[in-house]
Amino acid sequence: MSFSRLSWQVALALVLCAVAMTTMPMLAAEAAAPMSNGTSTLVIGLVALSAVASFAMFSGAASAAVLFIGAHGAAWLLIAGISGNEGMARMPYFLLLAAAWLLAWRCVAILSALKPQSPQAKTFLRLLIPAIFGAWILILWEAVTRGAGVPFILLPPPSAIAARIGNSLPILAADVRQTIFKAVLFGYIVGCASGFVVAILADRVPFLRRGLLPIGNMVSALPIIGVAPIMVIWFGFEWQSKAAVVIIMTFFPMLVNTVAGLAASGHMERDLMRTYASSYWQTLFKLRLPAAAPFIFNALKINSTLALIGAIVAEFFGTPIVGMGFRISTEIGRMNVDMVWAEIAVAALAGSVFYGVVAFIERATTFWHPSVRGGRA
Amino acid sequence: MLMTVNQATATSVNQNAVVEARKLGLTFQTNDGPVRALSDVNLTINKGEFVSFIGPSGCGKTTFLRVIADLEQPTEGKISINGMTPEQARQARAYGYVFQAAALFPWRTIESNVGLPLEIIGLPKAEQQERIKRTMDLVNLTGFEKKYPWQLSGGMQQRASIARALAFDADLLLMDEPFGALDEIVRDHLNEQLLRLWRQTNKTICFVTHSIPEAVYLSTRIVVMSPRPGRVTDVIESTLPAERPLDIRESPEFLAIAARVRDGLRAGHSYED
Repeated sequence: MSFSRLSWQVALALVLCAVAMTTMPMLAAEAAAPMSNGTSTLVIGLVALSAVASFAMFSGAASAAVLFIGAHGAAWLLIAGISGNEGMARMPYFLLLAAAWLLAWRCVAILSALKPQSPQAKTFLRLLIPAIFGAWILILWEAVTRGAGVPFILLPPPSAIAARIGNSLPILAADVRQTIFKAVLFGYIVGCASGFVVAILADRVPFLRRGLLPIGNMVSALPIIGVAPIMVIWFGFEWQSKAAVVIIMTFFPMLVNTVAGLAASGHMERDLMRTYASSYWQTLFKLRLPAAAPFIFNALKINSTLALIGAIVAEFFGTPIVGMGFRISTEIGRMNVDMVWAEIAVAALAGSVFYGVVAFIERATTFWHPSVRGGRA
Repeated sequence: MLMTVNQATATSVNQNAVVEARKLGLTFQTNDGPVRALSDVNLTINKGEFVSFIGPSGCGKTTFLRVIADLEQPTEGKISINGMTPEQARQARAYGYVFQAAALFPWRTIESNVGLPLEIIGLPKAEQQERIKRTMDLVNLTGFEKKYPWQLSGGMQQRASIARALAFDADLLLMDEPFGALDEIVRDHLNEQLLRLWRQTNKTICFVTHSIPEAVYLSTRIVVMSPRPGRVTDVIESTLPAERPLDIRESPEFLAIAARVRDGLRAGHSYED
């Protein structure tokens, strides 16, 4: 990729700058805290300069760095300028925002094409590219909701959600403790463990395999919305009823995947164990379970997200006055959407961390599998 | 050696026999009806022999090996291994088996793959280590103990699987086309090593192949088989000396035996037409 050539993103950004200049000012006349001319000039200058400088650079990394500074500096100035003037933005504001976004796009495009030698640089790039990507979702969200004055109820800006998270840490912490550390973790561990144990039993005892698995498939189709209230009746309002829902949700993916995994070892390998006069349990632990590990980890990953959904939805059907699902259902009724978004953000973060931990353990455990080591079978 | 009275073998005539098959037959029940895989096989394999089984695919040579190993059960006739039934022999771990593919476990290092049967038997750790070291040395894999199977070439993987069968230290080694998937050069090399190994360890080897030169080069006896139903059509005693350099394959003696094997294979085929 030739980074020194003028790219369409940079060219378009320059055009947008020019149009913005002719349609000034950025804010409507009645704005409470109008932006100074200096700020407007600075934004345009930053975008235009970094755009021009980016293709005069000697290396891809340098031009990406210039674009990075230009795009994020301009975005920061725009967002700083709009505070106090929510809903007052005029066309040049959005044009310049788009121009900054195009520069960031170009920056990511250059970074993606880089082929660094050192492993540290590779790791850094692997983290930097999605970080810029994610940051721009938040930047655009923030700048558009505030610039255009989107009603708070429809979509609060991320800064308001972040402020809500900052102000409500004790509440959020209590909800996380209730929902994730009690219902989800307990339900996940018990659900996965019992699915695993029943899969081994079904493997060992033929009548269970014939009888249980078809029924298992049926139970896995049970609608969670229907089961949750019944669990509340059976196990009460506390977290135990939510854990029960999580157990039901996580049991069958684990059962089905483990059964499939136990059948995954090859005939030759099993014949080999037979020639050693290996016992059932020796064959299970030395051959069949390691061969089943990729399947079992698949179930663990699927279940990590299912468990969180199950626990939150189950809390809609009666809880003590704490828990993420409880908070979402009550705060939406009180029009506190920022709190709802805060819970969503925390749930997304917790879910990602949960999934990430399982995926990390998977990579460490099934390092030998072609899909992990990136080789041939 | 001949004087030793084998207590377990009341029926065995030949005290020196490792494998004895009498009127052995095996019929598979398939969806397309019964298939006769083996029919009326009579064969005695003595201690220290290197016997090759050769024939076109479907002639039952692999099936016969699997019957010895108790991986298939015969439907007719009798077979004994060291005077025991195949089932007893398997439980007594009387043989090592080398498959067509290396069948190494990818989650284990080479040394722990070689040690797998020893772990299953439950040998003490120190003896496991000693045997792993010795057999890795025998197949020239010293220095690769900590590698994983997928980091090794196909020839090295197959050598590791032979080491695994040898670590077992049974007197009988069953090999089912162990070098079939390897290229000619690697194959020659491994054939040479296998002969050396056999002389060093004095084991009895049953070797399935579909390569005439390989069978003639390695064996003291060649069993020619033919398909539908799988049966023995000829048994050829090798007249080659025990010491066999690779270029023995150009000697007239070698070529004469190879020609006889080829005739035997052709004769087996002609019944079909």
